[in-house]
Amino acid sequence: MSALDNTARADGSEGSYNFAYLDEQTKRMIRRAILKAIAVPGYQVPFASREMPMPYGWGTGGVQVTAAILGSDDVLKVIDQGSDDTTNAVSIRAFFEKTANVATTTHTAEATIIQTRHRIPERQLEEGQILVYQVPIPEPLRFLEPRETETRKMHALEEYGLMHVKLYEDIARHGHIATTYAYPVKVDGRYVMDPSPTPKFDNPKMHDMAALQLFGAGREKRIYAVPPYTRVESLDFEDHPFQVQRFDKPCALCAAEDVYLDEVILDDRGGRMFVCSDTDHCEERRTAGHRGEMAGEEIAARLSAGHASDGEDGQ
Amino acid sequence: MSGATDRSELPLLRANGLTRFYGERIGCHDVSFELFPGEVLAIVGESGSGKTTLLNCLSTRLPPTAGAVEYRMRDGQMRDLFQLSEAERRLLMRTDWGFVHQNAADGLRMTVSAGANVGERLMAVGERHYGAIRGTALDWLSRVEIDETRIDDEPRAFSGGMRQRLQIARNLVTSPRLVFMDEPTGGLDVSVQARLLDLIRGLVTDLGLSVVIVTHDLAVARLLSHRLMVMRHGKVIETGLTDRVLDDPQAPYTQLLVSSILQV
Repeated sequence: MSALDNTARADGSEGSYNFAYLDEQTKRMIRRAILKAIAVPGYQVPFASREMPMPYGWGTGGVQVTAAILGSDDVLKVIDQGSDDTTNAVSIRAFFEKTANVATTTHTAEATIIQTRHRIPERQLEEGQILVYQVPIPEPLRFLEPRETETRKMHALEEYGLMHVKLYEDIARHGHIATTYAYPVKVDGRYVMDPSPTPKFDNPKMHDMAALQLFGAGREKRIYAVPPYTRVESLDFEDHPFQVQRFDKPCALCAAEDVYLDEVILDDRGGRMFVCSDTDHCEERRTAGHRGEMAGEEIAARLSAGHASDGEDGQ
Repeated sequence: MSGATDRSELPLLRANGLTRFYGERIGCHDVSFELFPGEVLAIVGESGSGKTTLLNCLSTRLPPTAGAVEYRMRDGQMRDLFQLSEAERRLLMRTDWGFVHQNAADGLRMTVSAGANVGERLMAVGERHYGAIRGTALDWLSRVEIDETRIDDEPRAFSGGMRQRLQIARNLVTSPRLVFMDEPTGGLDVSVQARLLDLIRGLVTDLGLSVVIVTHDLAVARLLSHRLMVMRHGKVIETGLTDRVLDDPQAPYTQLLVSSILQV
């Protein structure tokens, strides 16, 4: 059948693509899964995941969700570990520029759809925005219970004791809950959900978020969702409550505190710096005049003054 | 062991005409009995006689072809187990019941620590205080004679006897009323076997457990059980008090079985 007749075509030489790459029937199928996922927050809805022109593990699930919800007036932002300019983010952004001809941005505030691999932007998301997560392994119970039939039953019957066994093991081994990413959450008091490998630093942001959160796992063929303003609680013990990571120093470039920082190795003598993982947030702050201790101007000044060989003290 | 069973109480478990076919073959056929609180029932017989099939049917791990199993819930109501919802059945299995497998690896989580193995049932019924869970786990490890310093070791690092004792602790932590055991001493050397039997006997008496134990070892049955059921070809051929059946076997097959015990 010809699904191309009444649908917009991508612009330019790749004219044979349907809008946003997927054909309309596939998009409908994915939208049905998304609607069901929104109706049952945290429940993993199976869907007929398609082959995408990228390897599994590169965001095939997120790309399919984005393709299914993308409209021609949407503004798309893609981040990979908080950054707009790493390979995965750049190529997925280019993919939709090419196949859907939509506007793209790196600014969180301007985006209507944000596809993310493992971070939630620091800027608070608003109503009307949609956050699409790329999920490698959607099943939070997987590494404790390998049988899919059994994990489904456990979800159905709300048997989540096993999740705490994992946290118990953490405390027994490390003295505290050492899970730092893919930290299990309970959605709307019902389903335990893997928030994808985002740092647990971002877990509190999922709670009561104004934006819609959609999760797509391409290889595992699952879609799940957290509707706006939904309760999302991180699992913990009474005597070992959930805590997010803390950083000793602010961002070295923009001096932001209470943000998630990436470590950047500077040399082979222990030199390193910690900078915002959310590059857009960092840039905005620097544009607004915030300066961290290693912001470019100082280094440039020192370089020109001939102190480049001093290096940085380990920090 | 003399039958110290309080017969005045109502039965805890009742099997009625329990039958299980595997296609044309018989697993077990028309088995009926009652089990009373605090009573230990041994099911003996040779390999392939249907003991494990019967145990699996009783514990709802296997649906029977015909017949019913009833269990007295904590509220005193006798309920047909196969009429319960799956959620109720699973809750029953991890709170009010225990199941001790012959191969401890089947009943344990081999990749998590001993403490977590014991604590899993507690967490499954909603315990959310790490300190309390660990305290209970330590208590249970000492009760099954596992050194408390081993609490953070994985069962993989345990000997066969220790694994079996850990499995028992894991099952008993929620104070079940009924425990199913499938050859709990199988594959253990005799000295370890003796200690394990001693332990089980102590726990059963202390906790007032009802037990259905499957074994091919008549010595185990003699030590642990009040009552004995002899199976052959899927059918119960003799039943009675353990001492009576072993000392004065009536059925020819039981006589053969009893006379087959090796004397040292």
